[in-house]
Parts: sequence; structure tokens; C-alpha cells
Amino acid sequence: MSQNITPEVTSRRNFLKKFGLTVGAASVVTSLGFLSSCSNDDEMVDLLTTDGQTVKVKKSQLKVNLKEMQVRGREGITGKKFVMVIDLAKCRNARKCMSACQDAHHLKPEQHHINVLQMENAEGTGSFYMPKPCQHCDNPPCTKVCPVDATFKRQDGIVLIDNERCIGCRFCIAACPYSARVFNWSEPKQVEGDENRVYDIELNVPQKKGTISKCLFSADRLRIGKLPYCVSACPNGTYWFGDANEDAVTNGTSKETVRLSTLLEQNGAYTLMPELGTKPSVYYLPPKDRLFDYENTELNYLGEEEEHHG
Amino acid sequence: MITEHKSPQEQALIFNKIREDLLRPVQSISLSYKLWVAFLVTLIIAAAYGYFLQLNNGLAVTAMRDYVSWGMYIATFVFFVATSLVGMLISAIVGLLGKKWIIPVSRIAEMVALSFVMMAGIIIVVDMGRPDRLLNVFLHGRFSSPIFWDITVVTVYVLISTLLLFLPLLPDLGIMRNHLKKDIPKWQWTIYNLLSLGWVGTPNQYKILHSAIRVLLVLVIPVAFAIHTVTSWLSALTLRPGWDSTIFGPYYISGAFVAGTGAVLVAMYFVRRGYKLQEYITDESFNMMGKLLVLVSLIYLYFNLNEFLVPAYKMKTYDAIHIKTLFTGEYAFMFWATQIGGLILPLILSIFKPFRKPLPMMLIGVAVVLGAWFKRFIIVIPTMVHAHLPIQNVPHEFHVYHPTGIEITITIGVIAISVLIFTILVKLFPVVPIWETAHEKGVEIEKNL
Repeated sequence: MSQNITPEVTSRRNFLKKFGLTVGAASVVTSLGFLSSCSNDDEMVDLLTTDGQTVKVKKSQLKVNLKEMQVRGREGITGKKFVMVIDLAKCRNARKCMSACQDAHHLKPEQHHINVLQMENAEGTGSFYMPKPCQHCDNPPCTKVCPVDATFKRQDGIVLIDNERCIGCRFCIAACPYSARVFNWSEPKQVEGDENRVYDIELNVPQKKGTISKCLFSADRLRIGKLPYCVSACPNGTYWFGDANEDAVTNGTSKETVRLSTLLEQNGAYTLMPELGTKPSVYYLPPKDRLFDYENTELNYLGEEEEHHG
Repeated sequence: MITEHKSPQEQALIFNKIREDLLRPVQSISLSYKLWVAFLVTLIIAAAYGYFLQLNNGLAVTAMRDYVSWGMYIATFVFFVATSLVGMLISAIVGLLGKKWIIPVSRIAEMVALSFVMMAGIIIVVDMGRPDRLLNVFLHGRFSSPIFWDITVVTVYVLISTLLLFLPLLPDLGIMRNHLKKDIPKWQWTIYNLLSLGWVGTPNQYKILHSAIRVLLVLVIPVAFAIHTVTSWLSALTLRPGWDSTIFGPYYISGAFVAGTGAVLVAMYFVRRGYKLQEYITDESFNMMGKLLVLVSLIYLYFNLNEFLVPAYKMKTYDAIHIKTLFTGEYAFMFWATQIGGLILPLILSIFKPFRKPLPMMLIGVAVVLGAWFKRFIIVIPTMVHAHLPIQNVPHEFHVYHPTGIEITITIGVIAISVLIFTILVKLFPVVPIWETAHEKGVEIEKNL
């Protein structure tokens, strides 16, 4: 569990600043279950700074600040341009990405930030599995149409949603050609601790009734230098994730890091529906030399095998 | 135009008759009127309960889900905007052209327009997941969103339509203030007194009134075009097959002309019958409105040919899926019913003079209005049923859209509110302009207030 904490006292702020924290940005607490196990106010807690150092801070001197998290969440991470590469030859529909994502974002079984689709490009060309997250387009059709600026694109390329501002008009759903967005039609799934939790815009938790949710490239994990939930959960090496500015991507399974440009050039990478001009940040490597045989098992939305009709 | 000079006595006689005929409905409430209002209020109460359920349980009470995420509410919104647009345009364009037959019809058309456009705003709020955050649109408005443009132009349109209904009412309000004091309850007279803004009918007042109306008639045309063009852009500015069309603006506008003409025909018929105004809303009015319906239907038919036959000839992958759904698939019945029953048949029938009589025109109007609503349904929903990517790993209900009872109840209730507004307007104010009618019959209105 991670929570965002802002120092309350100025001197404390200056102290924290020395460790590379910005005031608005604060930091991320990694001490386990720290907020949910409220016991002693003088307890010292560990803060992990954005540059990876640990500092000890008195718990009573910290408070969670929604507004500062929203400001930070809108700015994004300076100097980054996040990209994902999905190697379709590796995907065998294990769906670990889907369940890790749903657990992290408190989603119901039918709500997918990432959805593994069974695809066939043209008749007779064979089926394959295609994980489909939000494409984090550089020309996003969804953000343009939002009447209240609740969904927006950050400097690091991530498209986020602020469910404290969303009015639930669902124009972004209509505009997205990748069907990447979901809506909380009824009360969202309640996970323990959600009711007292301050809204984290980079995790979109807690979810709220009547608002949109979508893939965030796990912006909260990127903030602490970790790979997204789905990428880390994949057992088959399907996902590469990294920074286009550094020209480097890391495999979520093997942790191997390679040059992004080489990976794309040598494997005939492509983006989804380039003719629409959306300029996705997600690249696909074609399902060539697949590591497995495609099994035509139909799973229902709960991940169970479905009986064949006829 | 005053064709022949009449003596002051003659003028006074004519004026008194017109005044009494047109003010009679304002002074009494019939039983059928009361029953009609009670019926509408019942529908509205049922809708209020449905909306209460929707607020409590979320939009999950509707049949909308992540793929078909807009449904009946948005279809009805487009229908409202379409129908409201024409009321104003009929009176503006035909009026500016100097056609006299529009005089007894124009106020009814304007009342239809105003009552429908008001509910367009309401149904959008009904569709919102978080109506409690409506103010965000003003606090955080983003200029690039067509919704922002829509709110702007609809607000301006409501303003201009209200003025365009109100200003020509001024002389009539003055007449009502002067002549009705003993015949109506005091509160009602006070309303007329206040609204008449001290109108006494001096030549100068008439001069100002005429030029103000003329300015409004010109202004309302671009604004009316804007509201429906922007409404069409809510769809056309997306990348979805079926909406991704360059002719959506004029396609919507021409459709709106048909829908609005139909609605005005229905309203004319029932107002004329209920208030016994056969002498004022004449058979000739229906005849002319019928001719107008033929004209606007022809234009709409032309846009339909372009909208459907061009993609149907090319059969691009995604367009083909959409076209097949409409022509032969799940929505084929509704599609052909709206095209034939709501457009082609009304067009053909209205060409023949025997059908341009009040009763057949009213029936044709009903078919046109029903067809218009279902056509908006056809425009909004089938496009959303087919996404670019396959719909997988979701429950069955995500694949289809069958409106729920609650959704239908709420939609009918909102439509009932707009009909109720119209019903109240035609009761409070003379539906046919007294002063313009008198003027047409050679009465010097300045002397007969």
C-alpha cells in the first residue's frame, strides 16, 4: 500500500527538501500498512523519496493532501515520455495482467483497464491474443472532448482521469476508438480502507460512482520508479515498459533492459489503428513465431471457461 | 397590408370580435384541459420517482453500459434540439420573406420551440453520472469540448427564443391588461400588467417593436443553425463509424426542419380544436404547412441518400458493419420504419392536396414526430453497439442495449414536462397574435388598444 504524505511543518519541509523532495510533490510512504494501522502518533515512519532514499519522519507531522496530489498528478514526471511495447508472440492469455490491474485499481470483474482480446487480422490469418491497455495517445480524442478538463494528458505522456472532477457525461467513452474507458455505473467495488482513503489521482482509487476510470500506466508505481502492475505481473515476458526519452525499455518478466528504437525497428512494430491519427504510446510486436499454440477456449468475463454453444 | 380603408366603427367591431375570440381560452379552463394536465403531471411524477431511483443506484438502472454508454437520454436530447430549432426558424425565415400565412402559426411554433429547448438542457443533466457537479462545467469549462460550445449556444438560443416569443406579445399583453381586469383572477391580471411593461401602443413604440423583432428574427437564424450543428458535432467529432461524417451538420439541420414542422402541425391541430380557432388557424394554414413539409422532407431525403448510400457503396470495413446493422441487421425494422413511415410516406402524401387538410396533416405530423424520435435513436445507439475493437470479457448485457423501464419512464416524463410547458403557455397567452391579426384585417391597431 502506498499513500502520499505532505509535511505539515515548514522546517520539516526544508528537511525533506534536502532529500530531493519537492514541497508539492511530497513523497511516498512505503512503510507497510502505515495509515491503516493508526496506533501511536509519535511513531516514526519511513518515507521513500523520489530518488530512492529513505528518511524517517514523525507520523504526527504528516498529513495527506488531496489538492497537492491532484496538482502533482496533473504535472506528471518531468523529462519522461513513457511507452509500452507489447510482444504479441509471447502472450498466451494468462490474464495475470488483468487481475493485477483490477486488484490495484479496485475494479469489478467486468471493468478492464487492460483487456486481453482474441484477435484475427483477416480471415484465415490465425488468431492471437492482444492485451489492450489505454494507448495513451499523443493526440488523444478523449481529452479534447472532456467539458471540465477532468481527463488530461501530462507532460510524461500519460492520460489521467480526475474522478473528483468528472461529471460523468461519458463523452470520452464515445470518443475513444480503443474502448479503453470504463464507467462506474453503480457503487464501485469497496475494498477495506477505501472509505477513509484520500483519493489518489495516479491510482484512481477509491473509485467513485458516476465517474470514469481508465488505465493510468500505473502512474503511482512510475512515481516510485517501479514498473506498472500489469507489466510486473506477466509471467510470459509479453510487456516491455520504459522511457522513450532514454530510448530504453525493460521487460516486466526478465527485467532485461534494451534499446527501444532497436526493439521496434527489428521486430516490425506497429501501433493500433494508425489511420485514426491518435499517435499511441503503446507499440505492438507482431504475433510471429508464437511460443504457444492458440487454444480456442472461450473464457467468460470472470475468466472461467465458457461452454460452447453449437 | 391594409387593403381597404374601414370606418372607425367597423374597425372597432372587427377588433372586438378578434379580441374576444382569441382571449376566450385565457379566461376559462375546460375539463378536458384539466384532465390533460393531470395526465401529464402523473407521467412527470412517475419520472421523478424513476430519477430518484437513478440517483440512488447510479446509471446502472438504465441499460447503458461501457460500450453503449449513451442511450435514450441522448437520443431524446437530440430530438428536443431538433424539434425546438424549427419553431423559431419557421417564423423567422417565412416571416422575413413577408409571407402572411405564417402570422397565426408563428406564436404556436415559437411556444413549441421554447418548451422543447428548455427540456433539452434538463435531459442532459438526467444523463449525467454526477449531476451534483454540474457547476464544474462553468468552473472548469474546457473550450475544446463541443459540450462547452453546446451549452453556450443553447443558452443564447433560449434567450433569443424567449425574447422572440415575448416581444411580439407586448401589444397583446397591453390589450389583456386593458380588457381582462374583471374577467380573470387578480394574480393573473397582475402577471399581464407586469409583463406588458407599460405598453400603450404609441406609434413610436410600434416602430421600436418592429425593428427589435426584425433584429431578433435575423439573429435567431444563425443561432438556431448553431445549436443543431454543434449538437451534430457531439457525434461527428468522434472517430466512430456511423458518426464520423462530414455532412452531419446539414443532415441534422434538415432533419430538424422535418421534425419541427411535424410538431408544429400537431400543436396547431389540437390548439385549433381545443380553442375553436378555426377562423384564425385556417385550413389554408394547414395547406401551407403541408407544402412546407414537402419541401423540408425533400431536402432531408437528399441528405439521407448521401449519408447512407455513399458509405454503403464503398463498404469500408467498419462502415459496412454499421450499414448492415441498419439495412438488414438488428436495427433494420426501426431504420426502415423511420425512413418510410417518418419521411417518405409523409412526403408523398403531403404532395396531394386532399391530405393537406387539418386532420390528415395532424396524423402525418404524428408520424413525422414519432419517426423523428426513433431516427435519433437510430443515429445514437447502433453506432455505439459496434466498437472498433471486439467487445470481449464483459457480461452479455454490455453487448446490447434494451432500454429499461426506469429509463423509459424518465424519458417519457421529461417529454411530458415539455408538453406541459407548452400546455401552460397556450393557456396563459393568446396563441394567435391579436394585434397582428387585427392589423391584417385592416384595423388600425394604434387606435384600438
